Amino acid sequence: MTDLAILAVQPEVKGRSLWADARRRFMHNKAAVAGLAILILVTLLCFGAPYLGLRDQDEINWDMISVGPNWAEGYYFGTDQNGRDLFVRTLYGGQVSLIVGMVATLVSLVIGTLWGATAGFIGGRTDNVMMRIVDILYSIPFIFFVILLTVVFNKSMVLIYLAIGAVSWLDMARIVRGQTISIRRKEFIEAAHASGVSNWRIITRHIIPNCLGPVVVYMTLTVPAVILTESFLSYLGMGVQEPNSSWGTLISEGAKSMDIAPWAVVFPSAVMVVTLLALNFVGDGLRDALDPKDR
Amino acid sequence: MNQVFKRLVLPAITVAALMASTALAQAEMVLHRGNGAEPETINPHKSTGVTEANIEADIFEGLTTYAPNGDIVPGAAESWEISDDGKTYTFHLRKNAKWSNGDAVTAKDFVFGFQDAINPETAADYAPILDVIVNAEKIRKNEEKDFSKLGAEAVDDYTLKVSLTGPTPYFLGLLRHPISYPVHKATVEKFKDDWTRPGNIVSNGAYQLTEWTPQASLTYVKNPNYWDAGNVKVDKVVMYPTEDLAEELKRFKAGELDVTYDAPSEQIPDLEKNYPDEFKNTPYLGTYYYVINLTREALGAQPDLRKALSLGVNREILVSKITQGGEAPAYSWEPPMSNYKQAFVDFKDMPQKQRLEEAKKLLEKHGYSKDNPLKVELLYNTSENHKKIAVAVQSMWKQIGVDASLRNEEWKVYLETRDKKQFDVARAAWIADYDDPINFADMFLSDAGERNDAGYSNPEYDKLVKGTGTETDPAKRMQMFHDAEQIFLNDNAMIPIYHYTSQHMVSKKVAGWEYNILDFHLARFITVAQ
Amino acid sequence: MLNYTIRRLIGAIPTLFVILAVSFFMVRMAPGGPFDKERKVPAEVEAKLIQQYHLDEPLPQQFVRYIGGLAQGDFGPSFKYKDFTVSELIWQGFPTSLALGLSAIAIALIVGVSLGIWSSLRQNSWIDYLSVGTAMMGIAVPNFVIAPIMTLVFGLMLHWLPVGGWGKPTNWILPIIALAIPQIAAFTRLTRGSMLEILRSNFVRTARAKGLPELVTLTRHAIRAALMPVVSYMGPAIANIVTGSVIVEQIFGIPGIGRYFVQGAINRDYTLVLGVTILFGALVIICNLLADICYGLLDPKVRYD
Repeated sequence: MTDLAILAVQPEVKGRSLWADARRRFMHNKAAVAGLAILILVTLLCFGAPYLGLRDQDEINWDMISVGPNWAEGYYFGTDQNGRDLFVRTLYGGQVSLIVGMVATLVSLVIGTLWGATAGFIGGRTDNVMMRIVDILYSIPFIFFVILLTVVFNKSMVLIYLAIGAVSWLDMARIVRGQTISIRRKEFIEAAHASGVSNWRIITRHIIPNCLGPVVVYMTLTVPAVILTESFLSYLGMGVQEPNSSWGTLISEGAKSMDIAPWAVVFPSAVMVVTLLALNFVGDGLRDALDPKDR
Repeated sequence: MNQVFKRLVLPAITVAALMASTALAQAEMVLHRGNGAEPETINPHKSTGVTEANIEADIFEGLTTYAPNGDIVPGAAESWEISDDGKTYTFHLRKNAKWSNGDAVTAKDFVFGFQDAINPETAADYAPILDVIVNAEKIRKNEEKDFSKLGAEAVDDYTLKVSLTGPTPYFLGLLRHPISYPVHKATVEKFKDDWTRPGNIVSNGAYQLTEWTPQASLTYVKNPNYWDAGNVKVDKVVMYPTEDLAEELKRFKAGELDVTYDAPSEQIPDLEKNYPDEFKNTPYLGTYYYVINLTREALGAQPDLRKALSLGVNREILVSKITQGGEAPAYSWEPPMSNYKQAFVDFKDMPQKQRLEEAKKLLEKHGYSKDNPLKVELLYNTSENHKKIAVAVQSMWKQIGVDASLRNEEWKVYLETRDKKQFDVARAAWIADYDDPINFADMFLSDAGERNDAGYSNPEYDKLVKGTGTETDPAKRMQMFHDAEQIFLNDNAMIPIYHYTSQHMVSKKVAGWEYNILDFHLARFITVAQ
Repeated sequence: MLNYTIRRLIGAIPTLFVILAVSFFMVRMAPGGPFDKERKVPAEVEAKLIQQYHLDEPLPQQFVRYIGGLAQGDFGPSFKYKDFTVSELIWQGFPTSLALGLSAIAIALIVGVSLGIWSSLRQNSWIDYLSVGTAMMGIAVPNFVIAPIMTLVFGLMLHWLPVGGWGKPTNWILPIIALAIPQIAAFTRLTRGSMLEILRSNFVRTARAKGLPELVTLTRHAIRAALMPVVSYMGPAIANIVTGSVIVEQIFGIPGIGRYFVQGAINRDYTLVLGVTILFGALVIICNLLADICYGLLDPKVRYD
């Protein structure tokens, strides 16, 4: 095993810049490029919706209550139970969901990976205390946390991001810590340690890059989970408020009338699944491009 | 020995009997009924909801009870006399009425039942509705410690005399409410809080509880000791908590349920069309309304603005396009009920177009228009139905120059906000406990406390409503309620939206399920074809 | 390892205590109380109830009382379900939730890990894309959409299985599948991701180069190492799934404890919420401890000191 592990620490080849190299490799991955294009397109459509000359998201058409897709009238996704255009609502709703997904990504990438890597690398008592904090945060009833947030700070969109950020990094921390304790005994880490490299540098330069695979994969699992969690927040009176919506709330509303108006759940779900698939391919592409072992 | 028998042997016998009856499944008639939620308790004195009352009405029996059509019919009492002043009721109990353990049901049991219901230690939510009985209020409030002072007296084993504080035309109806059911003294005293458990419970209704798995089902079987047991057809009733209405409907369609608790409102048009025989949609004693906070500026000070808001709500569109449950557009506070003539808001017969013009005029009078809209906040608790209505009302108000912002809150937060009167307009609903206008009228008395959500106060209204308590002429009493309601509606302290309907899916196999406004359907009157 | 386990178990007590204390005060600070209803409870009755449930005492005193009860295994009475105590409600529902959850996790583990390995071995093939696609559907389309579709298709249209209810063995099938689907998706993605990583790492390349049969290489090195993130994920996932799911339980009418988390919170059933929170907290701690032990079993280099 020892010889294999030593092989893992290949001397870095000087030459092309790492980033240029990564970009080149990313651009060669067709699925990743297509995914990126879709992500950009969805983002542009959602945030550009107000300028596309569509209906307003709160415009009610009393003659078109809960009707299926109707291209002639320009209701591509049909209407909801208040006679509002679901296509428009899906686009507007995407704004909130995309931001929520992004915040969760950032928080879990930054706090989650650093927390997990630090706990796993330092180990011992520090590890124990840090991970018990994660257990505690994981176990306290989230609903009350949310209710108290609304009461103390009143409602604002920032709160949603705060609440979601507060929980989205916990699993990531556990995963990164798991990876870290399996690689911290590897020779390349011990070698770095012995040659006086600081803990911070070891964590950021050696440990985290080597955890990137699971991190990227877990990221693609976290994003859909938080987008759906957001709809639970609005159930508690904290998430988006009417007339605004989000993919999560559209899906949960649509689900209630699924038996007679399936379009109300199918279209928002489909948009979300396509976006997530795109995100997956981008994630895979990034991971491959940045993989330290492949360099 | 006796105790051992009851605790161990009896349940064993019941189980054996159950197993035997399962073996003869062919002969057994079972009713599978969706019952909305998990019952909070089946102690009739502590329970508060419809779910619980549905069960209690089958396993207990008051002095009077519900006929299939909702009429008041003799229950444990065979007959009664009412004194001329309407204040004394003498009940003659059935000599063959028995508890499920074989004990006779006596007048003493009812006296104990009333005492337990109003005992401060019981802390029963519904105890105040028994305040009509002499001294009940004092005992309930712990001002009178001597329970024998209560106006309920066992003249002999089968004669019960109840003295009331005033003529109470709805008293016979009240006796069907779970709070008036008798409880078995020996059992209550022996098992304390655990007396409602299967195995412990002794009840006097047509059925007795045998099995209760929280969140899965509650089962009761025919009580062989019941006085009318010979006419009870259904051998076993299984009540299921069915919180998810769409799934409940599917279980019904798959034949797993014979009767549902409710129907998902989105599917009602489809059910009406495709299940005309099974779908039952009937008026119900309830009103859905928007209450206006009179303690806050603008709306509180200006009746014109409140009226404009009420004018601006197109109730016909709301019920036909949004709720779609066959609800009746509401222009009054009291829902339609027997013997009572509702009062209506004065614009009831005005066409909607004219109402909108009227509303705009009223708003303009105070300087509001589409360019300078009146800003109000509309509070509702999280629910798909409330949201749909709020979104629609918001857009209706927009047309007349009212800019409403919507605020939804989680249930308990919403209740607190409403109680503390931190809202402009809030959605609310009220369902009657029995068929009498007092149920609705007493909510807006100036001394009704937090129940009076609007903070409404009108001495004339108070005088009329309070006067009904001593009025002996039933017709005059109803007129007083009518006049009071008219005053209340003219003040526009709330916006009536619709009167509820109750919906059930009832299998074609089920016979004996009749329309009734209180929506109580006792299993003893039902049969299920195999 | 035994030493470590014992130390961790002892350490669990203060952790649980913190969870309990934070939850207790958080729950009590939330607006609204257990006796707030649409139909207002009369003032005398509310006062009596407050006294009966000791809510009139200062909070710290109530906390001490609660801890005292807990020490004797008494979770207190439920505020909402008056005919049962919290312990009874939990112990009546937990075995069901546990059995359902463990079955779902077991199925998810077998299916998810196999799918993950398979698609990693055929990276960028149609089977890989298919598995990514279905996994994302499994995650993005929530239970409350999938479960009703299943009851509609298998219960109502095909009549293969009951729509809802509890008691028959056939009642278990749909809920287990509904619970397993998102987990299958997660396991597939995690396994595939780390398998790819390891398959490309030098030690597997070297092992292959040395001519070891591929299967041996895979089982010995790759799969064991690839399971690390799966194990990390499984700790909290097991705790989550065996404490039940409010949605799945409501849809199928299952007598588990999942709905007590949400309903208990919405009803402000303080004791019930705290009861399930303690159970959940304990499970999180135990499952995470098991995960840590598994790390050592999967990778002998992992040591705790």
